[in-house]
Amino acid sequence: MAAPRTFSRSQRGPIVTGMLAFVLILVVLQLWLLTATMNAYLGGDDSLVWPAALASVACFLLNAGLLRYLRRMEKTRA
Amino acid sequence: MATPIPERESISLPPDGRPMRDQPAWRRDFPIDWPLDHDVERRDFVKFLTLTSFAFVVGQFWITGQSWLRGRALPPGAQRIASTNDLQVGGSLVFEYPARHDTCVLVRVAEADYVAFSQKCTHLSCAVIPKPEEGVFHCPCHEGLFDLRTGRVLAGPPPRPLPRIAIEIQGTDIYAVGVETSMI
Repeated sequence: MAAPRTFSRSQRGPIVTGMLAFVLILVVLQLWLLTATMNAYLGGDDSLVWPAALASVACFLLNAGLLRYLRRMEKTRA
Repeated sequence: MATPIPERESISLPPDGRPMRDQPAWRRDFPIDWPLDHDVERRDFVKFLTLTSFAFVVGQFWITGQSWLRGRALPPGAQRIASTNDLQVGGSLVFEYPARHDTCVLVRVAEADYVAFSQKCTHLSCAVIPKPEEGVFHCPCHEGLFDLRTGRVLAGPPPRPLPRIAIEIQGTDIYAVGVETSMI
């Protein structure tokens, strides 16, 4: 696997902030998915349950990938 | 060439010279090396958010499991709930179906016309009150109104119709035979 690109501190700041904003948006999306799915489930509609679960997993995988990238970036500094 | 991050203690030296673990909490929370402090804080926050994200996935799969179990559950059996002689036109009767504490209400809307619905308001589970003269079920908690014949929401905050109880009349006996839920 290729070594991660190194960034200067001034470059890292906006990158980390951008990642944080992206992760935050994904988490809020997951919260919305959970409440919408629960509402549909309690109303007797089971058709949303699996698509919502898969979408939530996709959001989590994106978050985990961003966290992994962030940790690798932190380990290698310019 | 990338260089690894040095340990915090090797670059942050508190004024008293003691190691970071012996420092007061406020100094551990706000290290002297402020660039490191910012990076660590944001990384920790991303870590926390990722854990929250995982918790949401667990929640989603809990709902999925509950949905699967509900799909496998046997439909409720028939249960005698009343006799046609028990109710006058415009009268109502409360019964429990399909399980204890699942209160429902049976209403005789015409001579040979009966309807039954769950009595729990779909907003916050208050007991709805049938008002046959107005053609509605009324929820007194937040002024929700449901249509007496269909259970559809007419007014107020309830998000869904009342679940309908399917009934069958055999002779003079009225039986509850199933629960029908709908989103609209």
